[in-house]
Amino acid sequence: MSTLVVLEQRGAKWSRISFEALAAATQIGDPIEAVVIGRDVTGLVEEAAGHPVQKIFVLSDERLAEYTPDAYTISLEQLIKARSPKSVVFPHTYQVRDYAPKLAARFGQVLLSDVVNVKKEDGLVFVRQLFQGKLNAEVKAAGEPAFVSIQSGAFRATEPGGNKVPAEDFPVTIDPAQIRSKPEAPFREGARSVDLSAAELIVAVGRGIKEKENLRIVEELAEVLGAELAASRPICDNGWLPMERQVGSSGQTVTPKVYFAVGISGAIQHLVGMKGSKTVVAINKDENAPIFETADYGVVGDLFEVVPALVQEIRKEKV
Amino acid sequence: MKIIVCVKQVPVRDSALRLDSEGKWLDESDLSWEMNEPDAYALEEALQLKEKLGGDVVVLCAGPPRVQTTIREALAKGADRGIHIETEDKERPDALATARRLADVVRADAPDLVLTGLQSDDLGYGQTGVILAELLGFSHATIVMDIEPQGSAVRVKRELEDGWFQHVVLQLPAVLTIQSGIRRLRYATLMGIKKAKTKEVKTVSAATAPGGSETNRVSLPSRTKGSQILSGDARQVAHDLVEKLRFEARVL
Ligand SMILES: Cc1cc2nc3c(=O)[nH]c(=O)nc-3n(C[C@H](O)[C@H](O)[C@H](O)COP(=O)(O)OP(=O)(O)OC[C@H]3O[C@@H](n4cnc5c(N)ncnc54)[C@H](O)[C@@H]3O)c2cc1C
Ligand SMILES: Nc1ncnc2c1ncn2[C@@H]1O[C@H](COP(=O)(O)O)[C@@H](O)[C@H]1O
Repeated sequence: MSTLVVLEQRGAKWSRISFEALAAATQIGDPIEAVVIGRDVTGLVEEAAGHPVQKIFVLSDERLAEYTPDAYTISLEQLIKARSPKSVVFPHTYQVRDYAPKLAARFGQVLLSDVVNVKKEDGLVFVRQLFQGKLNAEVKAAGEPAFVSIQSGAFRATEPGGNKVPAEDFPVTIDPAQIRSKPEAPFREGARSVDLSAAELIVAVGRGIKEKENLRIVEELAEVLGAELAASRPICDNGWLPMERQVGSSGQTVTPKVYFAVGISGAIQHLVGMKGSKTVVAINKDENAPIFETADYGVVGDLFEVVPALVQEIRKEKV
Repeated sequence: MKIIVCVKQVPVRDSALRLDSEGKWLDESDLSWEMNEPDAYALEEALQLKEKLGGDVVVLCAGPPRVQTTIREALAKGADRGIHIETEDKERPDALATARRLADVVRADAPDLVLTGLQSDDLGYGQTGVILAELLGFSHATIVMDIEPQGSAVRVKRELEDGWFQHVVLQLPAVLTIQSGIRRLRYATLMGIKKAKTKEVKTVSAATAPGGSETNRVSLPSRTKGSQILSGDARQVAHDLVEKLRFEARVL
């Protein structure tokens, strides 16, 4: 009876969310084994000292040098069959989204994705988010092992510092013919002309603005504040603002003194990009919008009334 | 190129969510429904590929009879035909159960490419397409932002985290999960709506398909962070908020 935690690393650096997944795993209560995929991970294993892990398996086959869903699935399938864990826990990253459902399906299971809480009732119950955070569902896995991915920020990462964690190479067998995709090198799209990461004040607008023409309202707020304008994904998808103003998991990460979220619901992919802000102000007409959970100050109201009133108020204070 | 697009019907965005009396699911009686947003982008991409390369776009949807409206909408936008896997109204299939049903139909239709949305707005598993690929023995890529056909392969652009991207070349047949924003969406024309009425929609009844999970209950998340909530007259709220930002948070 054990829990297997799949730790993610990139470029010989741990992804912090790996240790959030580890923290979730400690709540399951079974002894924890971990696995890391990559070559030259000796340094990483050393850094993992003190984390609540009994052993780290290292998968370093040359066919795992570049990520492909096929090679990752095949290798982890072999490890899981060898160790027979009761639960397999992943951080909910883009990479995990890409292969973990496939891996779970090989065991006749579904990945319980985006889990924010773990409870022990008669068996393990995982709380996952529905409707982009507007609803929670308590779910159980239908069989073993349970495959679970942990939402970013839902658990406080475990801390290092302590005894060394023993590492063990786990050899895998991968037939190159089984790898059906060929990845090229990751790249960034041109130089960004807007760097929101240094902005002290940000006014971010979401779908609540309804039409491109209405953007003027938030632009005015940004102007009187001397703030940068940012947006949630749908605004950029619609082409109303350039992609480089998008905040979130696939956009920029920002940490301003004040972040005004105007007509933004607060989906996790947006939150990860802005929750490091010192003060968050949310303006939303739905009192149950998840963004209020992240906000320091929440205004429940119609942005078409509140934002112009705010502009007036700030102008007034200025003179 | 033969393309199947999987679309799901979900409650209209910003619907008020009310729980049913047992707290097991939503009370669906007052809900209106629409096409899951990323699926609209998957459909758009399929239609543009067809315009470039020729071929067939088939729209596939599993759900109770109400989903017919979503299938018709896809036909009105230009899909050639539809397949409806009819399920019971009260069923709550998870991503595995749904993928199993979709797989049966896709296998029989033998497409070159299957497109899905990257995530459903309601259940949010983000995995039906990936499971589908596994069940079919197809290759796959997720969070796709561009598709370049290359004979018996496709080269796709995947979105990674933090503004990074990556190209991947995949052998066909493949399943691709499409990210919102891949193209501008088209609207259905009057002509399209008229034509859709004559297009074929095949209904097949859903076979029983085991899932991998059991939902005990659903609930509205409780608020844990003590945020200060202001409401009421907009001018008063604006005044109070600016005061608080100035003198309490000291950030303005
Ligand atoms: C892999 C992946 C990556 C993603 N990456 C990102 C990302 O980087 N950044 C990002 O933002 N999203 C991202 N998303 C999308 C994300 O899941 C949400 O869909 C998106 O953030 C929602 O944007 P929104 O809050 O503007 O829109 P909605 O969720 O539609 O919310 C609109 C809000 O406006 C409110 N509103 C409406 N009218 C008014 C009014 N008159 N006054 C006040 N309030 C009003 C509503 O109550 C609602 O809460 C990603 C999704 C996936 C699956
Ligand atoms: N009932 C369904 N019928 C057709 N396609 C579906 C269905 N459920 C999910 N999908 C597809 O799978 C994608 C991902 O859904 P999910 O795994 O629930 O997040 C959706 O965007 C759809 O393209």
